[in-house]
Amino acid sequence: MSLMTEITIFVLAVFVGFEVISKVPTTLHTPLMSQTNAIHGIVMLGGLIVVGYADDPLEYIIGTIAIAFGAINIVGGFMVTDRMLGMFSRKPKPKADADGKGGA
Amino acid sequence: MLEAVLKPGGDAATALYIVAFSLFIVGIKQGTHPTTAKRGNLIAAGGMVVAVITTLLLDGIGNWGLIAIGLGVGGAIGVIASIRVQMTEMPQMVALYNGVGGGAVALIAWSEIRHGIAEIDHGAIASIPLDTLIPVLFAGVVGSISFWGSNVAFAKLQDLIPTRPLAVPGQQVINALLLIGIVAACVDIAVNNGDPSQAIFIGVLIAAAILGNLVVLPIGGADMPVVISLLNAFTGLSAAAAGFALDNVALIVAGTLVGSSGTILTLEMATAMNRSVGNILFAGFGGAPAGGAAASGEERPHVSIGAQDAAIKLAYADSVVIVPGYGLAVAQAQHAIKEVADELEKRGVTVNYAIHPVAGRMPGHMNVLLAEADVPYEQLREMEEINPEMPRTDVAVVVGANDVTNPAAKNDPDSPIAGMPIIEVSEAQQVIVIKRSLSPGFAGIDNDLFYEANTSMLFADAKQAAADIAAEITQL
Repeated sequence: MSLMTEITIFVLAVFVGFEVISKVPTTLHTPLMSQTNAIHGIVMLGGLIVVGYADDPLEYIIGTIAIAFGAINIVGGFMVTDRMLGMFSRKPKPKADADGKGGA
Repeated sequence: MLEAVLKPGGDAATALYIVAFSLFIVGIKQGTHPTTAKRGNLIAAGGMVVAVITTLLLDGIGNWGLIAIGLGVGGAIGVIASIRVQMTEMPQMVALYNGVGGGAVALIAWSEIRHGIAEIDHGAIASIPLDTLIPVLFAGVVGSISFWGSNVAFAKLQDLIPTRPLAVPGQQVINALLLIGIVAACVDIAVNNGDPSQAIFIGVLIAAAILGNLVVLPIGGADMPVVISLLNAFTGLSAAAAGFALDNVALIVAGTLVGSSGTILTLEMATAMNRSVGNILFAGFGGAPAGGAAASGEERPHVSIGAQDAAIKLAYADSVVIVPGYGLAVAQAQHAIKEVADELEKRGVTVNYAIHPVAGRMPGHMNVLLAEADVPYEQLREMEEINPEMPRTDVAVVVGANDVTNPAAKNDPDSPIAGMPIIEVSEAQQVIVIKRSLSPGFAGIDNDLFYEANTSMLFADAKQAAADIAAEITQL
């Protein structure tokens, strides 16, 4: 891919990102932040590529840690978002415990 | 093991990456509305699965053992941490996940620099091309800042280090010097791209790490969600930079999407909390206000929401307590409030009314007003009866009441209203206060309730606000 093609893609993606987020209810701010957080875990692909083509020991270590970090980011990110959004499922059972009003 | 079949940068791999980032865009879009948010998250996760499998299928990918270790260990940590985390600890969990994402970016940047230097040593290339080197430098710096900044944010929210602002003397100067040093070192590496120094690059990563710590340490716990959101956007941009270096379209698009949508989200969050991003980053205050210290008229941080947000909070609650006050009587809002209650009951929400002995214009006034609006008698609850139920209440809605909800009556022995019985709304999980402004009530004192972390202010006329909320609930 030429640099100019990449820059074109970049600029268009900037505008898509701006457009797609418009007037989000505050209740959804944290879940949405968490979801986009999981999406940047895509950088794990970089770790896969590094390790996949690596041939020296330090690179193995760096790349494997990068994959592990990326996997935490992706798996944890999507799962936590899913848990947060659980409150929007229809009527779960009444809450058992009463402490934990949103902390500062 | 799967046979590697896709050519890196080939049409098939690119097509699959396009599928992946399209799913991200749809996922984010659906994440902006309560009825579709959960599905949106699953769609984005599906996009991630496509992207990962595509990469694993690239021709020439090897070292499967290491890849399995990385995926296995990281995935297991992610699953366990997400299952065990308490709902109240979600924000710091996001900080932690954001941090490791930034860490991954920094490590990949380091590896790319090493890779380039090795190629020069083997004589494969004469110099690292700038269109690879500059993105790598950017990714390394921003990834490192994000990693350390997020970890500090995590530690603050988890109470591992004090949440109050920690400022180093000469903070701004040190930060500026660090930034200048980082940029100068990066320029040096870029100019000497035929023989770049790995040592200088590692120095850059370390300087960025210190900068990440210094920027976040002076920020108070109350502002942390905004900071995490900002770091999230930064990590997205650094992932996009890594995509430029690796010529990977999925990384470029996904990283950029997170960067730009994350920026908008950060601004919206700051607005909702009545703060500005610049103020948060550079002013170094924003710790939870010391209780009762703010009768001086200076503006204290509070959360302001609109009718739509209020409607969402209410519609997805299990139990709601409405606390009517003088303002409701003045605005003649009892019928509109009853409409809100009716809409909520249709959705299976339990609604009660908490009646303070002196709510309204005279004792018992409120009961009359509400009875007139056909509120069933058994829903009108006396203060002594409803207070023990407050901790089990999801949302308390204060409509035009003020002093009768002021926690200072209970907590501050020096308050003019100390000892006055109050409806303990601050015990509820969340509080929505519908009021025209932050102005003091009858007692002429500031209401600490308005500035509590679980309180949202809806500034409006009670009747209008109730009508808007009822209309919004029907839309959900």
